Amino acid sequence: MSDRTLFGKIWDLHRIRSMGEGRDLIFVDRHILQETTCAAAFRGLQEAHRPVRCPTLTCATQDHIVSTELNRNAASNRGGRELISLMAKNAAAHNIRLFGLDDPRQGIVHVIGPELGLVLPGSIVACGDSHTSTAGGLGALGIGVGTSEVEHILATQTLVLPRPKTLRMSFEGKAGLGVTAKDIVLHALGTFGIAVGTGHAIEYAGPAIRALPVEGRLTICNMSIELGARLGLIAPDDATFAYIKGRPYAPQGALWESALASWQTLRTDDDARFDRELSLDISKAAPQITWGTTQEDVIGVDQALPDPSHITDHDRRERAVAMLDYMGLTPGRPIEGTPVDIVFIGSCTNARLSDLEAAAAIVRGKHVAPHVRALVVPGSSQVKRDAEHKGLDKIFTEAGFEWRSAGCSMCVSINEDIVPPGARCIATSNRNFENRQGPRARTHLASPAMAAAAAIAGGIADVRRFA
Amino acid sequence: MKREPFQNFSGIAAPLPLKNINMDAIIPAPYLRTADADLAHGLFALWRYDDQGHEIADFILNRPAFRNATILFGGENFGCGSSREAAAWALKRFGIRAVFAPSFADIFYENAFRNGLLAGIITHETLAHALALISDNPAKASFAIDLSNITLTGHDGQKLPFTVPDFRREALLRGDDDIATTLRCADNIDAFMAHDRLNRPWIYETGMTP
Repeated sequence: MSDRTLFGKIWDLHRIRSMGEGRDLIFVDRHILQETTCAAAFRGLQEAHRPVRCPTLTCATQDHIVSTELNRNAASNRGGRELISLMAKNAAAHNIRLFGLDDPRQGIVHVIGPELGLVLPGSIVACGDSHTSTAGGLGALGIGVGTSEVEHILATQTLVLPRPKTLRMSFEGKAGLGVTAKDIVLHALGTFGIAVGTGHAIEYAGPAIRALPVEGRLTICNMSIELGARLGLIAPDDATFAYIKGRPYAPQGALWESALASWQTLRTDDDARFDRELSLDISKAAPQITWGTTQEDVIGVDQALPDPSHITDHDRRERAVAMLDYMGLTPGRPIEGTPVDIVFIGSCTNARLSDLEAAAAIVRGKHVAPHVRALVVPGSSQVKRDAEHKGLDKIFTEAGFEWRSAGCSMCVSINEDIVPPGARCIATSNRNFENRQGPRARTHLASPAMAAAAAIAGGIADVRRFA
Repeated sequence: MKREPFQNFSGIAAPLPLKNINMDAIIPAPYLRTADADLAHGLFALWRYDDQGHEIADFILNRPAFRNATILFGGENFGCGSSREAAAWALKRFGIRAVFAPSFADIFYENAFRNGLLAGIITHETLAHALALISDNPAKASFAIDLSNITLTGHDGQKLPFTVPDFRREALLRGDDDIATTLRCADNIDAFMAHDRLNRPWIYETGMTP
């Protein structure tokens, strides 16, 4: 057959059998646990006296609730101690490898998955976290699941899922100055909306995607769930294979050779048909920034805020009024220059080494505006060490940034890293919902370079002026 | 997780017809910090309580007529965002047994059914009709859910249709244990792995040990 999509090839390779009604029993190659969505799953296993089916295909990390204090210790993590120790106990009881707080390989699950070579092209990776789609950046299927499904995978190493429809999103043109992977995916959100991918697996394609470095592709796939899709992926290429080779859990020697031969077939055939095709020319896009409380409420940094009196649709107008009010913004005014209180550089979307390098390039030799609290939270302990090796921590701290330990931090704000009520934060994370970063927190999503520029300027700034 | 079979019932329906009600709104992150948080209290916490923790009187679930709601009418793309299953648990613990909306986000939709919560898809017309019935007379906001016949009926007696896939309807009515169902296919899984291991040995030789 020469008419299959990349998604179809991977799905079929893992399909054990049909379960009826369009649902398939799917094999899971790698199951990664995080501390906030697995406690009830282990309890369920215990109650039913079920063992973990494949401990060697399972691993765990601690990221969501952990303290990101620079020199964290057992006394840190006040609110999270229970779930942290519960996970350690459960992992030990079931012979599961834990990359815990004291492990040099600890980090955000979607950062360490690729970094450790756990995520491989053509594989299926599952995790109890909606941003598992990040794995698609390496040509894997990353499936974000709820706690019941975590329990199901632990017990069976499988998932029962309806086969999603397919959507190809092609990105044409060449990214302009200051336009990164984050800006590309935010621009897609602004164009297509946050529900466009519901029920679909998205394949991102086109020259603008091909031109992205591997870590940028991870950023794009990370935000598939913001587009409504549980799955998003990009065909792997030589850059992908080079990225994976030599990583701690990547195949080696003869295994590497046979894996590579298999991975080189992982592309959508020319005659393949998708259920839906969309395309977007990014060549005219400016660096993006969200203004509202969903990710589709996004504009170029050189644009003005929407004016509800110009919106004819009643529902859209009402929502725009409510969002501008929540965000404390004046309709019709340029978004640039809006003062910010907090700058957060971190999260599974944008806390890899290249993200920190992009931010550091803006920050170098400058200083954070006096009224701004700015923090950098590396995506993993490895990213932190690599950045320190390159001296990035010095650049940030000398500029007045806090340099912290790895974790999800101010993206999910389930630890102590919280935006105070009413404060305005530029964040490199993925969700700008009301109250996400703390009660009444106001979140603007942007790229690491845009966040860094805002920290220096003290307000929303066009990063192109800093180039 | 064990669950009870779903039974037809009548109950108060609360209207919350906002578009894109996200998982963070349904259950805010602070309620995910411990294994035994009070999720019923946490449901829509930042909409239900002010900074001092007092109830905000005009939020729908705080109004006397809707405090005991067991049905929720939501807007498009209900449950978008995070994968937190605690959103479904919080709705259940509060007492909600069915949510009706024009569309649901994928992960919430799965999580709802896995926890015995009915997620029924209704047309915009049906939603508008139901909302009108409630606003006409909030004292009569009761609806009868008939999952066998896939209808909901308000005080005007009109049977409104909703959509639920057959297999989900049957699983709800039986109170299926998904894991037990899959484990009946254990031979298929074993055979798949034995064969797959030859084709993709790099998947299995992980060297992953504690």
